[in-house]
Amino acid sequence: MKNAIPLIWRRIPERYALMGTVCENCKTEYFPKRMFCAKCRRKGRVVEKQMPDEGKIFSFSEVHVAPTGHESEAPYFLAIIELKNGVRLMSQIVDSEKEKIKFGSPVKMMFRKITEDDHDGTIAYGYKFKVV
Amino acid sequence: MVVGIVGYGTYIPKMRIKVEEIANVWGKDAARVSEGLGIKEKAVGAIDEDSATIAVEAARRAVKSAKISAKDINAIFVGSESKPYAVKPTATIVGAAINSSPHFTAADFEFACKAGTAAIQSCMGMASSNMIKYGLAIGADTAQGRPNDALEFSAGSGGAAFIIGKENLIAEIEGTYSFTTDTPDFWRRQHANYPKHGGRFTAEPAYFKHVMAGAKGMMERMGTSAKDYDYFVPHQPNGKFPVRVAKMLGFEHSKIVPGLITPFIGNTYSGSSIIGLSSVLDVAKPGERVLVVSYGSGAGSDAFSIKITKEISEKGRRQEVAVFDQIKEKHYVNYAVYAKHRRKLKED
Repeated sequence: MKNAIPLIWRRIPERYALMGTVCENCKTEYFPKRMFCAKCRRKGRVVEKQMPDEGKIFSFSEVHVAPTGHESEAPYFLAIIELKNGVRLMSQIVDSEKEKIKFGSPVKMMFRKITEDDHDGTIAYGYKFKVV
Repeated sequence: MVVGIVGYGTYIPKMRIKVEEIANVWGKDAARVSEGLGIKEKAVGAIDEDSATIAVEAARRAVKSAKISAKDINAIFVGSESKPYAVKPTATIVGAAINSSPHFTAADFEFACKAGTAAIQSCMGMASSNMIKYGLAIGADTAQGRPNDALEFSAGSGGAAFIIGKENLIAEIEGTYSFTTDTPDFWRRQHANYPKHGGRFTAEPAYFKHVMAGAKGMMERMGTSAKDYDYFVPHQPNGKFPVRVAKMLGFEHSKIVPGLITPFIGNTYSGSSIIGLSSVLDVAKPGERVLVVSYGSGAGSDAFSIKITKEISEKGRRQEVAVFDQIKEKHYVNYAVYAKHRRKLKED
């Protein structure tokens, strides 16, 4: 599987530092970033904002049949994380005992490899979460 | 010139493999190998971890302990001998991941196990000359060891990061001294997967000669002796060498215990002596002094005379999870799982 360089490069602030946006008018936070506030529409004032790096597991699933590029990692857990500001995102869960992965378990962001091309290709890094 | 450590952070991967497990695979006497090396187990980076992810985790903790904005970091240097890319800096990945501004200089350093301390020295020089406000110096490795080689029992994964500056110091670096010669005791040629070493040659003419010269040279320049230091942290290629070199230099055994981490996580190469230093910073009290002497094959030693300031006692200035608490957070894997995660199995 080939990483599309412009795509992984464009997503570096999002994947490395949880960079999203906030509407200064209605305080709604968006992740991934949106440049237009769905609530305030043209009255919205959207600026960049870093999301909190802690949250809890909202929902999760154990993946046994992994997509291309992730076969060696299976079985692994994928979860919808609800960050402390209420924003939700999907992430792999790492370094966590199976019995600790539950609805509502507190999690913290980690920095890991997401995908990599063949041995001579690019590496895409980004967030994963662990139960704390 | 007052320059020193503003913040520090360590990251040790959670997986461990026991020396006993590796010894059993290769038909060796496990107790003898473990006793001979002074290592019980080593930390193993997961399949999605490399020296860049370790560097980032350590850097984030260091920024937190320094209580600074990452935007004020004007230099990032990462020391490693297991870079994910042969050409493409790890330091830029760290900069983006800690959300720094783009206004910083960056480079990756390589000098076997002492690249992290060389990065600290570079940041010290730049901070002292006001070229930068804060510098971030990191040593991180997922150390490689050829299957069934002596190194496989010791080569671990981990790293430490330090914010170097002139204000709000938790530890003042009173002085630094380096001793360097051309000594081919350990090397890895371009495109080779694993390093090679000179066996017994890595001891007397290599490790002991340079660490002794580094420590003695530093103490001579400072006008100090072993009794003036509360802690001694030498490089730790195994659990035996640091104990022996401490004795040779006249340090009591109790002075190396707080920074002696290789018996529990293995030799983390560029991370080794500076994870030891982090462990000392986890417990040191204001006014105490630390002598750190790294060693990098090839070969050289960087020595630092460090004095802890009263700011270390302020809330949140020590890293959140101490080194010995990170050592306790672990889960064991067998050789096959270790081989998968460290990519020792051929896929094609």
